[in-house]
Amino acid sequence: METIKLKINGFEVEAFDRQPLIEVAEKLGIKIPTLCHNPIIEPYGVCRVCTVEVRHGRRVRMVTACNYPVTNGIEVFTESERVIRNRKMIIEWLLARCGNVPVLNKLAEQYGITEPRFGRGTDDCILCGLCVRVCQDVVKANVLGFFERGPKRYVSTAFDQTSDLCITCGACASVCPTGCITVEGLQEGIYKEMPMGPITPIHIDFMQAVPKKAVIDHDSCINFKTGGCKVCVDVCEAEAIDHSMQETEKEVDVGTILLSTGFKLQDGEALKEYGYGKYPNILTSLDFEVLNNANGPTGGKIFTQEGKVPKAIGIIHCVGSRDKKYHEYCSRVCCMYALKFAHLIKEKIHDCEVYNFYIDMRCFGKGYEEFYNRLLKEGVNFVRGKVAEINDAALDKSEEGKLILRAEDTMIGTVRRIPVDMVVLCLAVEAQEDAKELSHFFSCSVGRDGFFIEKHPKLAPVSTAADGIFIAGMAQGPKDIPDTVAQAGAASSAMLSLIQQKEVEAEVVTAMIDEETCSGCQICVGLCPYTAITYNKDKNKSELNEALCKGCGTCVAACPSGAAQQKNFRDSQIFAEIKGILAV
Amino acid sequence: MAKPKVAFYWCASCGGCEEAVVDLAEDILKVVEAVDIVFWPCALDFKKTDVEAMEDGSIAVTFINGAINSDEQEEMVHLIRKKSGLIVAFGACSHLGGIPGLANLTDKESILRASYLTGPTNVNQEKTIPLAKSPSPDGELHLPELKANALALDQVIDVDYYIPGCSVPKKLILDAVTAILTGNLPPKGSVLAPTRTNCDTCERNKTKPEKLTISKFYRPYEIELDEEKCFLAQGVICMGPVTRGGCDERCIKGNMPCRGCFGPVDNVYDQGAKFISALASLFDAKTDEEVQAIVDTIQDPAGTFYRFSVAKSYLGHKVS
Amino acid sequence: MSSDKSGFEPRIVAFLCNWCSYTGADLAGTARMKYPANVRTIRVMCSGRVDAQFVMKAFAEGADAVLISGCHTPSDCHYQEGNFKALRRYYLLKKMLPQFGIEPERLRLEWISAAEGDKFQEVCTEYTEQIKKLGPSPVKKGVKNG
Ligand code: SF4
Ligand code: SF4
Ligand code: SF4
Ligand code: SF4
Ligand code: FES
Ligand code: FES
Repeated sequence: METIKLKINGFEVEAFDRQPLIEVAEKLGIKIPTLCHNPIIEPYGVCRVCTVEVRHGRRVRMVTACNYPVTNGIEVFTESERVIRNRKMIIEWLLARCGNVPVLNKLAEQYGITEPRFGRGTDDCILCGLCVRVCQDVVKANVLGFFERGPKRYVSTAFDQTSDLCITCGACASVCPTGCITVEGLQEGIYKEMPMGPITPIHIDFMQAVPKKAVIDHDSCINFKTGGCKVCVDVCEAEAIDHSMQETEKEVDVGTILLSTGFKLQDGEALKEYGYGKYPNILTSLDFEVLNNANGPTGGKIFTQEGKVPKAIGIIHCVGSRDKKYHEYCSRVCCMYALKFAHLIKEKIHDCEVYNFYIDMRCFGKGYEEFYNRLLKEGVNFVRGKVAEINDAALDKSEEGKLILRAEDTMIGTVRRIPVDMVVLCLAVEAQEDAKELSHFFSCSVGRDGFFIEKHPKLAPVSTAADGIFIAGMAQGPKDIPDTVAQAGAASSAMLSLIQQKEVEAEVVTAMIDEETCSGCQICVGLCPYTAITYNKDKNKSELNEALCKGCGTCVAACPSGAAQQKNFRDSQIFAEIKGILAV
Repeated sequence: MAKPKVAFYWCASCGGCEEAVVDLAEDILKVVEAVDIVFWPCALDFKKTDVEAMEDGSIAVTFINGAINSDEQEEMVHLIRKKSGLIVAFGACSHLGGIPGLANLTDKESILRASYLTGPTNVNQEKTIPLAKSPSPDGELHLPELKANALALDQVIDVDYYIPGCSVPKKLILDAVTAILTGNLPPKGSVLAPTRTNCDTCERNKTKPEKLTISKFYRPYEIELDEEKCFLAQGVICMGPVTRGGCDERCIKGNMPCRGCFGPVDNVYDQGAKFISALASLFDAKTDEEVQAIVDTIQDPAGTFYRFSVAKSYLGHKVS
Repeated sequence: MSSDKSGFEPRIVAFLCNWCSYTGADLAGTARMKYPANVRTIRVMCSGRVDAQFVMKAFAEGADAVLISGCHTPSDCHYQEGNFKALRRYYLLKKMLPQFGIEPERLRLEWISAAEGDKFQEVCTEYTEQIKKLGPSPVKKGVKNG
């Protein structure tokens, strides 16, 4: 592309021929006010607040910077007296239509307009058309349009009806410079409605994500709905985005497999007594983690759903854990993160009363007990006892809108009633729903609680009953991050050593077929789940492939000739056992 | 050189095995020529006292057929054992208890009642049942007493060899006699027949499907039997897989499934139980109900799977 | 618990598959759950290894009952379908046992997973009680044949 030279406010600058003037100015750090300009939309200069003065030789013109293509040798003035005068006039005209729009008022203030000459109108749309164009050109949903003419001109949907075409992407609202468009449903419940959902369709899951890469949420990405948008494609310099990619299935040959499928959090609604989902401001630990996250929807500020800073927060430990009704086991992570929550709340809202309700404090790890002691000094209230119920039955005006916790304080032996603004439920960690299915797939097993069972709790803690299948992390049972990392390390080195060996130990207890006595009846053939037995037509014998045989002994029990036998589990050995155990 | 002395004795038998010996026809003459038959109550007149008079171990070989189900038979085989060098259990009944052994699935009283009182062909107004001892004008009379259970020969005396079959096929008899006469004998206790089961030589084995499964059983009369297809593949119980070969599959060739008269092969002890393990594995069923439905199509499992071998099963008889 | 006055202590032979029931029994052990000494276990790799001959042999040797235990159907068997073979043999055996004079209750099939130490204990305790009530096996010890 050809480069040219021009001057802006006296500074010489290089630019591409016909590059929009506003971009060139921006490069110089010169700010030009805009309203209807948005980098993702082809500019068309309708609000005119970006008006600047351009001189070429003797020709002097007032142009809109957002869509003016620069040419060689021009001189631009963005703050000349004439420009200022012009802009003031433009702002006043705009105020005549939209007298109360904040951006306009801010501009007016900047340019010292106090009493606009043409009065203040009450509309809030400046008719810049950004919304219409984003909807048409970018989103390609074609929902919005201009209607009527002249002073009656307005933006709306067809026949002013709720449109089926609208995909609720919110693009119009986000580009509108005056903020006069709202999308119904998006505004409520800052964290409740989309506690974990992506903030934008293309996003990086969380700061610690591995790999830390942007992903596109198929359900909310505009391109997958209308074929339009692709704004991300335009801005990505690495050209890494390709919406046409398809999900593909790949077959990979591997020698060992690690099952590390994690856990799921218990469904809060399963515990009726705690009213999760029924009352506002009852959060699961994960909800709270998101709310509290600096990258979260509130930027890490702790707000109630009504947008207030909570004055009292209850944190309930062992919800659904150590409870015969739900899970008998201890989830092992709740005590510590509950303490962390209490600490962070105290740090962010100094005067907030934090109540931790616990059965026992299980601070078993390195430095954990010390952390607990520190919290005792930070003024967190620890109540030993299970919360029996949460409701919103206010006794007086001051309790209205609060959540009332009722719990027995076993330390002082009374039932306490504590009103709070927010409750965090430390829900039990549970095995993944498909763990059992997976275990069948991989021939290992899950325990009663649904977590994968290790081959031996002490001697083979990361192996399973199936050779080459290993387990690590919460999939094996509740555990915290240090334990998970340790276990994952153990599992991966076990896998690596298996790979290094380059050979696997064959099953010892395989079956064998005595060729001499096999009659070729083939009864065994179809019984083997591993197709280890084949019938040799020419020899009229069934033959066993020891490498495939896993040693179940089914064929052995079935062989009517006694020709199939199993190593270490021969008929004769078992008969001897039977005799032996019945001898006394 | 003196011809070897040979004896035949019969216990609880249908006469088929005797018939088998006679059926050797001209071949029997060769045998007769080669040996000196010293005792053969079925064909020639001998008395117990004749045997008692013999020198111990003087009979080279005695072939005993039939199961042992009376005290008289028991006494006789003990006597014969003493007088004989070799004892050969001859035929399925002697080898395994045979058909008389099926009686072990009921009790002695029921057998006597059925045989003497309730049997449809019985006319027994006095309701006479044989007694071991009964008074008579000439003093007390003794009759052989029925034992509680029929036994295979080796459950009564020590047996050297077995020739299986109901009845014993000619070829096996000749092979056995030749072996004995030439002294070309396998280890004591052997069954003088092949070591593999019937499927080994059965023509129909070729027709077995790759994965044999059975979803319903038929008794032979319930369907039209295919003359070439493996019986199991037709849903008909064939004991061939669990039955020692050597009979030339004579039943199968007659389009009847094998009943198991040759008994199990060496590595199997309990023919019926072994067959349960084999056969049930083939059921096309995965739930209790499905399995039960298939089991329901099997009539009289004990009688079917142990037709010839109840006496030699682990339990040997109905217990109570 | 026992109402048996004769002091009859049944002998129950339990064939346990290695992966589920034997591990379950092991778990009962590690968890210090007691099960009656009447149950005498034999480990096999899979319930599919249990030959009906073993059951008959056990009865012949004087067992008062036989328990076969494997992994839960349909799909817990470590070898995918050995437990189905056990299920099929079990029903056929159960039909035949009375013909030999053995009450069908003397044979029992259970699915006990590796995690069900408590179930193993329960089954053993309850089965022992049941067989105590049923009385000794009709097989006299030292049956002739076999
Ligand atoms: S023992 Fe099991 S795995 Fe091995 S050949 Fe027999 S049926 Fe197949
Ligand atoms: S079941 Fe036994 S005899 Fe029949 S083909 Fe298999 S190994 Fe050979
Ligand atoms: S099962 Fe019977 S019919 Fe089939 S191949 Fe064997 S012997 Fe022949
Ligand atoms: S086919 Fe079976 S029943 Fe018939 S003679 Fe042969 S072994 Fe005996
Ligand atoms: S920003 Fe250039 S005309 Fe609106
Ligand atoms: S491994 Fe337990 S039943 Fe097969």
